[in-house]
Amino acid sequence: MSVKYTEDHEWIKVDGEIATIGISAYATKQLGDVVFVELPEIGTEMEKGDEAAVVESVKAASEVYAPIGGEVTEVNEALEDAPETVNASPDGDGWFLKLKVKDASELDGLMDEAKYKAYCESL
Amino acid sequence: MSELKKTALHGQHVDLGAKMVPFAGYDMPVQYPMGVKGEHLHTREKAGLFDVSHMGQVFLTPDDKDFATAAKALEKIVPADIQSLEPGQQRYSQFLNEDGGILDDLMISRLGMAGYDHVLYLVVNAGCKDADYAHLEKHMPSDVKVSVKDDTLSLIALQGPRAANVLACLNPEVEKLTFMTHTDLELKGTLDAPVWAHISRSGYTGEDGYEISAKHEDMVRLVDELLSYDDVEPIGLGARDSLRLEAGLCLYGHDIDESVSPIEAGLIWSVQKHRRDADAGYLGAERVASDIADKSTKRLVGIKPDGKAPAREHTEVQDMDGNTIGEITSGGYGPTVDGPVAMGYVARKFFKSGTPVQLIVRGKPRPATVVKLPFAPHNYFRGN
Repeated sequence: MSVKYTEDHEWIKVDGEIATIGISAYATKQLGDVVFVELPEIGTEMEKGDEAAVVESVKAASEVYAPIGGEVTEVNEALEDAPETVNASPDGDGWFLKLKVKDASELDGLMDEAKYKAYCESL
Repeated sequence: MSELKKTALHGQHVDLGAKMVPFAGYDMPVQYPMGVKGEHLHTREKAGLFDVSHMGQVFLTPDDKDFATAAKALEKIVPADIQSLEPGQQRYSQFLNEDGGILDDLMISRLGMAGYDHVLYLVVNAGCKDADYAHLEKHMPSDVKVSVKDDTLSLIALQGPRAANVLACLNPEVEKLTFMTHTDLELKGTLDAPVWAHISRSGYTGEDGYEISAKHEDMVRLVDELLSYDDVEPIGLGARDSLRLEAGLCLYGHDIDESVSPIEAGLIWSVQKHRRDADAGYLGAERVASDIADKSTKRLVGIKPDGKAPAREHTEVQDMDGNTIGEITSGGYGPTVDGPVAMGYVARKFFKSGTPVQLIVRGKPRPATVVKLPFAPHNYFRGN
C-alpha cells in the first residue's frame, strides 16, 4: 500500500476500495499549531479537487482538497478534541477522512514519496 | 512596490531564525522557531521581547517651554484630557477626524525629566504614521514643534510576569514604575557601556511589562543583553496579535478605523468625563457626544464561540432569528484561553454580556456568546 501526494500537500493511502486522506508533515510545518479541524459529514459525495475539510492553525484557516473523488465513509472524530494530533502525527493518527474510491485512475497523476520530497525541496 | 524598510534589529531577527513578512512597509518577524502558540504562552508565563520599532515616535515641544501650550494644542485633536497629565504619566487616546472617526490610536506621555517636562512624547501605529505626522503638522500651532524620531530611535516591548525581574537586573529603579507611568534612565547590567533609555510600564499584551525606547545602536546591544536571560524569548507579530486579542485590546485597521468612533469602539474609558460634551473643543467631539446619547449605534464587544471553531475577521454575526446584527473584526485561537476568541461590532441592543448570537462560519451558523473583555485577565502592576 503506497502513499501518494498532491501539490496542495494532501496525502492519500489506498487499501482496497477505501482511501485514507491527511495532510503532509511539510504542510503541518507550514501551518504551525493546528487548533481546529472541520470534517465533512459521512456520506458526502465529493469530486476530485472538492473542499474536503478545513484545517485552522493559530494563524489562519486553510482548505484541504479531495485528492480523488468518492463517498466519505469515515472521519477522524478524535481530531475534534485533539486537533494537535495533526502536528504530532500527520501521516498516522492525524488522518482526516476516508473515502470509498470511485475511480482508481484518478490516483495516476499524483506524486509518489520520492517525487513529493523533491517537490517540497523545490518550494 | 517600494522596498521594505528594516528596523535596526532586523539582522538579529534573521539570526534568531525568524520568519519575516511585510508589515506596514517593514520586513518584520511574524514568528520565531518556537512558533506562535509557544511564544504566546511563554509571554504569559515568563517574558517576551518584541521589536516594535516600526511604530512612530514623535515629540511635541512648545517654544515657550510651558507644558500647557503643548497640551492645549494636542487637546484639539484627541479626546483625552492632556492638560492634567503629570510629569512621568502616560495616557491612551485617539486621533479623530471631523466626523469623530478614528484616524489612529496612540500613547501620549508627558516627559518626566527635569527641564523636559513641557515635552509630549507620542507613540503611533506604523501603518498610520506618515498620515499622523502630516495631521500633526497641520494641526499643531507654529509655536509647538513636531519632531519625528524614527530615524534615530528604536522601540521594544518586554512583556510578561518576569519582565520586571529581568529589567531590574539592568536598573532596579524600573520596579518602582506603576502601570502607565514612565521614566528615563541608564540600563547597565552586564553591558559594557550603559544604555540611556525611555521606559514606560505599559504594553499591548495585558501582562505587566515595559516599552523601551533607545537609540538604534544602543538598542541592538540592549536586545542582545535581554535575550541572554533564560526567561526572555523573542516574540513575533503573530503572538503579539493573539496576546492583544485575548487582552481585548483594539488593533487599528481591524477593530477600529475611520468608520467608527471611540464610543462605538468601547473606548469611552479613555475619554475623561469633562471631554464628553459636543462643545469639548476637539475634532470629532460632536460625534463622541451623539454616540454616547444615541442608543441605536453599534458597540465593539467580546464574542466567545461556544465550540472550537475559530471565527475570523469579517465573519457575519446574526441574532438567534438569523438577522444580521454585526461583524467580527478580530478573531482566532487564544492559546491561553485554549479556544476560539473574537471581537466584533453588534447593534447596541445585543451588547450585554451573556447575549446569545450566532456566527456564520463557512456558511453554517455556529452558536456564540457576547462576553466581557478581556478573555485573559489583565496583570498590570498598579503598585504594592
